[in-house]
Amino acid sequence: MIAILNINWQTLADAVGLGSIYALMAVGIGLVFGVLRLVNFAYGQLIMAGAFALALASQWGWPLWAGVLLCFAVVVVLSALMEVIVFRPLRGHSPAVMLVATFAVAFLLESIALIWFGSLGKIAASLAYLQRPVTISGVDVRKIAIVATVVAVLCLVALVALLSRTSVGLQMRAAAIDFRTARLLGVRANRVIGAAVLISGVLAAAVSVLLTVQSPLVTPDFALRDTILVLAGVVLGGMYRLGSATLGGFVIGFASGLLGGALPTAQSQYLPSFLFAAVILVLLIRPQGLFTRSQQQAVERV
Amino acid sequence: MRRSAGAVVELGVPALLVVAAALLATVFSHSTQTYFINALVNVAIVVALYAFIGNSGVVSFGHISFVALGAWTAGVLSVPAAEKPAIMPNLAHGLRTTTVGNVPSLALAAAVGAAFALLVGLPLMRLSGLAAGIATFGVLEITHNILRYWEKIGPGLNTFSSVPETTGLTQAAACAVIAVVVAFVYQRSRYGRVLRATREDAAAARAVGVSMYMQRLIAFTLSGALAGFAGGVYVHLLPLNTEALYLDLTFITLAMLVIGGTTSLLGAVVGALAVSGVDSFLATAENGVSIAGWNVDLPAGTRVVVVGALMAIVLILRPLGLTGGREATLPRWARIGSAP
Repeated sequence: MIAILNINWQTLADAVGLGSIYALMAVGIGLVFGVLRLVNFAYGQLIMAGAFALALASQWGWPLWAGVLLCFAVVVVLSALMEVIVFRPLRGHSPAVMLVATFAVAFLLESIALIWFGSLGKIAASLAYLQRPVTISGVDVRKIAIVATVVAVLCLVALVALLSRTSVGLQMRAAAIDFRTARLLGVRANRVIGAAVLISGVLAAAVSVLLTVQSPLVTPDFALRDTILVLAGVVLGGMYRLGSATLGGFVIGFASGLLGGALPTAQSQYLPSFLFAAVILVLLIRPQGLFTRSQQQAVERV
Repeated sequence: MRRSAGAVVELGVPALLVVAAALLATVFSHSTQTYFINALVNVAIVVALYAFIGNSGVVSFGHISFVALGAWTAGVLSVPAAEKPAIMPNLAHGLRTTTVGNVPSLALAAAVGAAFALLVGLPLMRLSGLAAGIATFGVLEITHNILRYWEKIGPGLNTFSSVPETTGLTQAAACAVIAVVVAFVYQRSRYGRVLRATREDAAAARAVGVSMYMQRLIAFTLSGALAGFAGGVYVHLLPLNTEALYLDLTFITLAMLVIGGTTSLLGAVVGALAVSGVDSFLATAENGVSIAGWNVDLPAGTRVVVVGALMAIVLILRPLGLTGGREATLPRWARIGSAP
C-alpha cells in the first residue's frame, strides 16, 4: 500500500487545505445539528448558491470585494429563508423526516440552479491567482492551500471565542446539550436557532469563496460531493459535539486530499469506495463517533 | 371472518390501484403507455423500500444499490451472447458465455439483491439512526463506484443497450402486484408485526425478548430481494447506466414513499403512482403540450423543482404522508358489529 503512494510536501499541503475547508463545512453542519437536531443535507446547495453569486459577479466585471459581499449576502439570506420556511415548521419531528426534508430542499435548489444557469455552469475566475504556487524552502505550495488553512483557523478561533465569551454562545452550547432544559431556564429558542443558522450561513459563504478557488467551474452539483463526504466525516467524528464533528470533517478532507493526490489513477478511481468503506468500518466499531468518549446510555422513558 | 375482510381490503386496495393504473394505460397511445409502465416499475421499487423503511422506521439511502445490482444481474445475463463483446468488452468469461431468458433473469436479480442485502445487513443492521443513514449512503456510493469502473461484471460507464425489452405493460403490472403481495404477506406475518413493534417502541419490544437486529436483518434481506427484482424489471424496460441508478433515483423513490406515507403499503403505492403521474405530466409539458387550448411549454428541469417542492410541502403540512401512514380499511358502516 505504501509503495503505491507517493506523498510529497505539495500533496500534503493540498490535503491540509482541503481538510480545513471540510472542517469549516463540518462546523456549519454541526452548529445547526446542535440546536435543531437536524442534519442539513442542503448545506452544499447553500455553498453552490454562493459560488454562483461569485461567478455572476466576476461575469459582470464587479470588483472582488463586491463579489464576495454578494456571495455572503446571498448565502446568509438563503439560509435564513431555509430556517423560516422549512426548518421551523418541521421543528420537533423525527430526525429521519427532517433529513428527508432537507434532501428535498437540496434537490429543489439544485434543479432551480439547473434551470437558471444550465448544466454547463459558469466560471468564477476572480480569485484564480490564488491557484499559483509559492516556493517555501524549495517546496511549491499552492497559495490557496495556505489561505484555506489560515481562513479556517481564524474562523474556528473566532467561533470558539463567540461560543465561550458571549451570552448567545453560552446559550447555544446549553441548547446543544439539552434544548428543553435550556428553554426552561429562559433561553429563547428562535434567538439561539437563528444565531446558529446565521453563523452556519456565514461559514458556508466563506467555504464557497474557498471552494471556487479550488475548482473555478461552478455547476449545479457544485459542492454536492463535498457535502456528502463532510456529512460522513461529521458522523464519523461524532455528531453530538462540535469539536469532534469538526475534527471528523478535517480528517475526511485530509484523507481524501492525500489519497486523491497520492494514488495512481487506476486506484484513485476507486477512492470513494475506499473512503466510504473506511467510514462504514469506523461506524461499526464506534457508532457514537471516533473522537467522543464511549458512554452507555440508559433508555430514557419520559 | 371480520379479520379476513380487513385483510382483503388491506391487500385489495393497493393491488387494485396497480391493476387500475395498468388498465387505464391501455386507453392511451403507445408512447404515453411508456409513462404508465415506468410508474408501475416505480411502484415495485417503492414497495421494496417500504418493506424495510416502513416496517422498521430506519431510513435507508442504500436501496438503490440493490436495484442497481439487480439491473446489472438481469442485464448482463440477458444481453444476447453475440452482442456482449460490443458493449461489455472486458466481461468475465463465465458471464460472457451465459445467457438466460426473461423470467430466470428476474429471479436471479431478486436472488442477487437478497444476497447482497444480507451481506451488507449483517454488519449494518447493528446501527440505527443517523449512523445507519450514513452507512447505507456509503453502500450506495461504493456500489455506484464499483459498478461504474469494474468492467468485468458489466458495461461500466456504457449504457445497457440491447437488453431484450420484455417489460411491457403486462410484465410491469404483474411484477408490481407480486411486489405488493410479498410486502403484504410479510407485514401480516409474525416477523412483520414484530418489526413494527420495534419501530413503535424499541425498548418495550426488547423487553419482551425481540431481537431487533434479527428482525431488521430479515426485513432488509427481503427488501433487498424485492429491490433487486424491481431492478431486473427496470433494465428490461429501458437501457440503464450507473447514473440512472444513483442519487436522483434515490431521491425520487424516497420522495414517493414519504409523500404517500412511509408506514403503510397503501402509502407506498399511492405515493409511487401519484408522484409518477405528476412527474410524467411535467415531463410531457417540458416537451410542450397543449391542454384545452393552452400551450404549455415548461423549461427543462421543472419536474424536479415541482417534485422537490411537493415533497417539502407534504412533509410540512402532512408529515405522515397523503395516506397518513394508514392502510386501507372498510368504511365504518361496513364493519358490522365492530367495537368502537
